[in-house]
Amino acid sequence: MAPYRQIIQQVRQAVLTGRLRAGDQLPTVREVVTTIAINPNTVFKAYRELEHEGLVELRQGQGTFVRGGSRTVDSSELAALRRSLLRWMKAALRAGLEPDTLFALYTTALQDAQQLSEETA
Amino acid sequence: MTAVIETDGLGKRYGDLWALRNCTLALPGGAAVALVGPNGAGKTTLLQLLVGLLRPTEGRAHVCGHSPFDQAALVLPMVAFVAQDQPLYANLTGAEHFTLGRRLNPRWNDLQVRERLHQLRIPLDRPVGRLSGGQRSQVALALSLAKQADLVVLDEPLASLDPLARQEFLQTLMEAKVDSRSTVLLSSHIVGGLERVCDFLVILATANVQIAVGIDEALATHRRLVGPSSALPSLSRLYPVIFSTETSREATAVIRTDTEIFDPDWESQPLSLEEIVLAYLSRSRSDEIEASQEVFTRAG
Repeated sequence: MAPYRQIIQQVRQAVLTGRLRAGDQLPTVREVVTTIAINPNTVFKAYRELEHEGLVELRQGQGTFVRGGSRTVDSSELAALRRSLLRWMKAALRAGLEPDTLFALYTTALQDAQQLSEETA
Repeated sequence: MTAVIETDGLGKRYGDLWALRNCTLALPGGAAVALVGPNGAGKTTLLQLLVGLLRPTEGRAHVCGHSPFDQAALVLPMVAFVAQDQPLYANLTGAEHFTLGRRLNPRWNDLQVRERLHQLRIPLDRPVGRLSGGQRSQVALALSLAKQADLVVLDEPLASLDPLARQEFLQTLMEAKVDSRSTVLLSSHIVGGLERVCDFLVILATANVQIAVGIDEALATHRRLVGPSSALPSLSRLYPVIFSTETSREATAVIRTDTEIFDPDWESQPLSLEEIVLAYLSRSRSDEIEASQEVFTRAG
C-alpha cells in the first residue's frame, strides 16, 4: 500500500475509534517527518486528501485539526462487533482453517459486502 | 509541476559499449526521485550526464532549462552533486569544508545542517579522514544541502551505510525537504524503504529506462496475478505483462493496469515497490538472455 494511503487509513481509524476527537490537532508535517523519516510530500498529500474528505480542516498558520461532526463508532458498538468477530474466528479455527485461509475468506467476504452495499446505495 | 530535468533520446557510448541509450525523461520539480537498477545499469552515467561531467554521445539533456555540459556556468550554481565515493578533503575538518563552501557558493546557508550534525554528535573540528563512513556521508550530504541548490544529485548515497546510518541519512535528507522546494535525485541498488522517502521512480536496466512513474501510481497500478498457465496467452492480449513465470499448471504474471481484475481465473494481489522493481529487472534480464541466444544461433 502506498505510504500516503497508510497515513490516511491510520487517521481515519483513530477518528473512528475515538482516539482522535473533534478539535484535536494532527502532528505537523515537520513532526511526522522527524519522527518517522518520511517524505514531506507524502504527508502533505495525505493531509490534503483527508481535508478533501472533510475529516480534518486546515487552519491557516495553526495546523491541521480534526473536524467536528465526523462519524465515529460508539465504543460499546465497537466492542460488540469485536466480540462477534471473535466468535466467528473461533468457529473458523475449530473448523480447521489455517490463519492464511481465514484471512483470505475474510478479505473476499469484505469485498462482497462492499459490493453489496454499493449496489444498494 | 514543471520538469526540472528533461532528457530526449539521451545516450552515452564508451568505445563499442552503450552505457545509456534512448533515455527520454521528464522529472517533476520538488520531487524526491529514486533511480534504481543493478550495478552496471547506467545509473552513474546518467547522473554524470545530468551534472555536466560527461558529454552526451547522442540526444540532449536539460537541467533547470539549460544543457549541463554546454552551459555548465549556468547549470552548476543550481546543482549539488555528491559522487559515489563521497569525495571530501581528508585533511580538512568539517568546519573547514563549510568555510570553503561558503566562499565558493553564492547561495550558501549551513545553519540548519550544522545544527543537524551537532544533533548527531559529529565533531566538526576533526579532519574528516578520521570520521566514520556514516559520519563522512552526513558531512557530504550537509555540504550538498547547504548549497541551497535547485537540484541535489546523490550517487549511491546509501550503498556503504549500515542500517542505522542509512536511516539517519534519509532522516537528514527528508527534514531538509520540509522547508525546501528543491528536487532530489538519488541512485540506489537498494530498493527497500525507498517508497517512504521518494515519490518518483526511474528503473534503469541494461542501459535503458524501463519505467519512469510516480511511486503512488506504480503501487496502485501493478498487480500480481496467479492463475492457470492455459489462461496466460489471453491475459497477455488484454494487459501489458511485465514479467511472468509458469509451471505446467500454474502461472504468475506481473501486469500494469488501471482497473481491478475481476477475472475468476486469476487471483489478484498487490505488490510492494521492491517486487515491482524486481519484475522489471527480471524482464530486462530475460530480454538480454534472449538477445544473446539469437546472436549464438546466428553465429552457429
